[in-house]
Amino acid sequence: MTQHLPVLQVAIPLLASAVCAIVRNARIAWLIALATTWTAFVIALNLLFRVQSEGIISYALGGWAAPYGIEYRVDLLNAFILVIVTAIGSVVIPFALKSVECEVDKSKGSLFYTAYILCFTGLLGIAVTGDVFNVFVFLEISSLSAYALIAMGQDRKALTASFQYLIMGAVGATFIVIGIGLMYVMTGTLNMADLAARIPEVRANRTIPVAFGFLTVGISLKLALFPLHLWLPNAYTYAPSAVTAFIASTATKVAVYVLLRFFFTIFGIAFSFDIMQLHIVLLPLALIAIFSMSLVAIFQQNVKRMMAYSSLAQIGYMILGISMVSVTGLTAGIIHLFNHAMMKGALFMALGCVMYRIGSVDISAMRGLGKRMPWTMAAFVGAGLSLIGVPLTVGFISKWYLILGALEQSWWPVVVVVLITSLMAVVYIWRVVEVAYFKDYPDYDCKPVCEAPLGLLVPTWVLVATSFYFGIDASFTTKIAEAAARTLLGIGL
Amino acid sequence: MPPFVIFLIGSLVVAFTRGYVRRVVLLAVPVLGALNLLNVQEGTVIQVEVLGYTLLPFVVTPLGMLFGWLFHLAAFLANLYALHLDEGDHPGVQHTSAMLYAGAALGAVFSGDLISLFVFWELLAFTSVFLIWARGTESSLRSGFRYLVIHVLSGVLLLSGALMRAHSTGSIEFGHIGLDGSIAAWIILIAFGIKAGFPFLHNWLTDAYPQGTPTGTVFLSAFTTKVAVFALVKSFAGEEILIYVGVVMTCFPIFYAVIENDLRRVLSYSMINQIGFMVTGVGIGTALALNGAVAHAFADVIFKGLLFMSMGSVLQMTGRINGSDLGGLYKTMPITATFCIVGAMAISAFPLFSAFVTKSMIMAAALEEGYVWIWPFLLFASAGVLEHAGIKIPFFAFFGHDSGIRAKEPPKNMLAAMFIAAILCIGIGSFPGFLYAILPFAVEYNPYDATHVLTQMQLLFFGALSVLWLMKAGIYPPELKSVNLDAEWSYRWLAPRLIRSIGGAMARVDLSIRGIVIGVLQGALAGIVRSHDTKGIMARTWTTGGMIFWVVVLLGTYLVFYL
Repeated sequence: MTQHLPVLQVAIPLLASAVCAIVRNARIAWLIALATTWTAFVIALNLLFRVQSEGIISYALGGWAAPYGIEYRVDLLNAFILVIVTAIGSVVIPFALKSVECEVDKSKGSLFYTAYILCFTGLLGIAVTGDVFNVFVFLEISSLSAYALIAMGQDRKALTASFQYLIMGAVGATFIVIGIGLMYVMTGTLNMADLAARIPEVRANRTIPVAFGFLTVGISLKLALFPLHLWLPNAYTYAPSAVTAFIASTATKVAVYVLLRFFFTIFGIAFSFDIMQLHIVLLPLALIAIFSMSLVAIFQQNVKRMMAYSSLAQIGYMILGISMVSVTGLTAGIIHLFNHAMMKGALFMALGCVMYRIGSVDISAMRGLGKRMPWTMAAFVGAGLSLIGVPLTVGFISKWYLILGALEQSWWPVVVVVLITSLMAVVYIWRVVEVAYFKDYPDYDCKPVCEAPLGLLVPTWVLVATSFYFGIDASFTTKIAEAAARTLLGIGL
Repeated sequence: MPPFVIFLIGSLVVAFTRGYVRRVVLLAVPVLGALNLLNVQEGTVIQVEVLGYTLLPFVVTPLGMLFGWLFHLAAFLANLYALHLDEGDHPGVQHTSAMLYAGAALGAVFSGDLISLFVFWELLAFTSVFLIWARGTESSLRSGFRYLVIHVLSGVLLLSGALMRAHSTGSIEFGHIGLDGSIAAWIILIAFGIKAGFPFLHNWLTDAYPQGTPTGTVFLSAFTTKVAVFALVKSFAGEEILIYVGVVMTCFPIFYAVIENDLRRVLSYSMINQIGFMVTGVGIGTALALNGAVAHAFADVIFKGLLFMSMGSVLQMTGRINGSDLGGLYKTMPITATFCIVGAMAISAFPLFSAFVTKSMIMAAALEEGYVWIWPFLLFASAGVLEHAGIKIPFFAFFGHDSGIRAKEPPKNMLAAMFIAAILCIGIGSFPGFLYAILPFAVEYNPYDATHVLTQMQLLFFGALSVLWLMKAGIYPPELKSVNLDAEWSYRWLAPRLIRSIGGAMARVDLSIRGIVIGVLQGALAGIVRSHDTKGIMARTWTTGGMIFWVVVLLGTYLVFYL
């Protein structure tokens, strides 16, 4: 049984989504989703511990040996990604029960969970597979279901947001499949390990750099790297709260994983960074994203949108770490995948609680909420501290490694940018704190607002607690991130 | 057990208890802490491994022990003083944050490395700000936020300096650093300087302290700046530049203190002046000077605490603190007035009062080391202390023109705290041997020789005489109504006039250059804001075509770049 875990990781949710689609009852669909995500979480943890003790797991699908058959290949990096995706997926589902009832049309209840599990399946598939064409297929599965999820938002603008995301996502996927096709033409293989072995033989040919270019743009679109981020703010703002919490914490993280996989494992660092100089492109874009998107976040009136821009800045931090191409930098980037998933998940869920009670996440509507919804706002502030990078939170751990990495390279201006943008995070979090805690609740509103129900609060606080726990004792996450970084760079432990 | 832990537990208990029980806890925690400190052995070290660094959050040194005792004493007095707080004063917030604040100060003086110091450094800021916010006025809210920003900045600087230092020397030890020419050392010095109230970095102090609650400001005056003095003694002893910084700090606040109307702000300026003496001592750096700096910090916590307590009582009982609104209070508040005068005599360094036996060590050290020319400045500053803290404070509050206010004496716990502080002021001044015995360096020094006593008495009497003459002649700045000069504004007001008096042309050139630079900066800033606000190019929703445009641009660039 256990040797089949890599395929079960994907197969169980895939089948579950089909069952969900048949069941037309939202409550039963929710139960199926709950069981599926938690099973997947257990499998992912199991895989992670196995990889830690036994090393890379290779699974031949249908018994066809690689490179002819499809191979599922789990190493420390993607086991870590699997844990992030399943953890967030399984924490968001309990939250979704009430939040979705409130924000999504009742008749679409079961379809919501179908799309959710499909998206979940797609993200897991991308992470687990060792075959580049499989990556594309799962990318499409996750994206198409994500468009549907976003379109279920209450606001009619959700439809346009979803449509724009669809166009941009399709362009990105097309670019990726063009890149994969070009690689296949040159090497005749789709298996990642096999590609990594064969590309050096043919890299003198121009086709490979062209494939590299298409992949760079396609993946940058998927992970919303500046200036290809334009689809993201609207998509996050108008999607239902549970969807934003799930997608913001997982989809872009998986895209970052794809970037690491393609450029570090398949093309190899020697080609990607010594010859193609990828980091020269990534570094300035990351810095602009960090600075500019933090600044934009300060001016936002809709707090969900503010957090969306903040996510763009945080993606910048990840790419910044990666573009250092050093153990410390990569560790910072990989650990921030996890850390940002925890804190941003918590923030969007806290906003989901606000949405549930007052039906708006406009900053002006949040006046005096510190007294009315103390636990919700405390969760927001707790996760906000992490976003700022206050010591004892996960945000501090990420920034610590990022700054260490920059110091190793003697990139002083980068250190300055990181510190300044941390202060900018203080400003935008403070704007919410000021309104929620120092302004009085509007009197004219006669209907009193009370705390969000436990069904929403408990999952939110689980993530807040996680973001503090791994901020105080980061040894588990840092060990994995550092080992994954060393593997990517081909440096032994 | 590290004292911080005791105060941390204490603050938790305080947060969850009420009424009588809380009062007992408030007084018991410093006492228990002191008992614990008795059993602490010098040289005790606690090590923690974090992120590959060996942190030393608890290291016992003689210097740290002295400040440890001092902070326990200060915490006890201030808690006693604040014991009466009732429902209207947010007692839970004030007591809890004050307890944690004292704990953070204790944590800082027992830190053995810069990272631990940083943690306590930031904790000092985050806990103390609630003592300002608890006042509950709009201006205290704003003031507190400014205070927090500046202190967080100081912490960020400290951390960056520490990291840079760790990177270049591989050591994060919190010991002697010195200005070795590295940027890291300068950054750390500036971080310390912000908390110590160095000139131009001091505005937070005079801005925030007068905005604190009547009891909160007593806490504020005891810890933050003294932690900074401790850090300077530990890391930058003997740096000559500190002598000049210290001398400037002793002199410039005097002018502001004379024209200031808010009596707690007068005390805040006076505080910078006193820290100036300590910084000068640190700069001289001999054993005698360092002992003087540390001893003066010890004495200052008590007498400045006493003065803030007496002004806090006035504010508490009358609701006013401006010199122009007060006067004649001695008729109904004779006990408070007496304590205030004791504090005033202590800060003015009357013989038999505490500052006399501590400040003189610094002045003597200055002469010994041949800094003859800074001696007159220090003398001037001493006379200035007498003028603004020794005479102005008690005179405007308790004597002067009769304001007609008939306020009662403050509650007994406040009187008790002031009584203990007053006794300590006289005790230290009369029997300096006890304080000298616990100073970190072994030095023989006797403050009571004929020359010193006579010089000081002459200084005091001529100083008092000149104030008297100025008042009789009507030259002395009166208690101006509605004057509420803010330090920042007086800089902008004073600085251009000084420049103009030196040379009008210079000022015009300077102003026009400044105008251009500010114009360019404002233009750039406006441009950034325009492009980043909700309708700006960076933030607005693009059409799908616009998004595709960027995809094409990027792909084109990549392909050109790669091929």
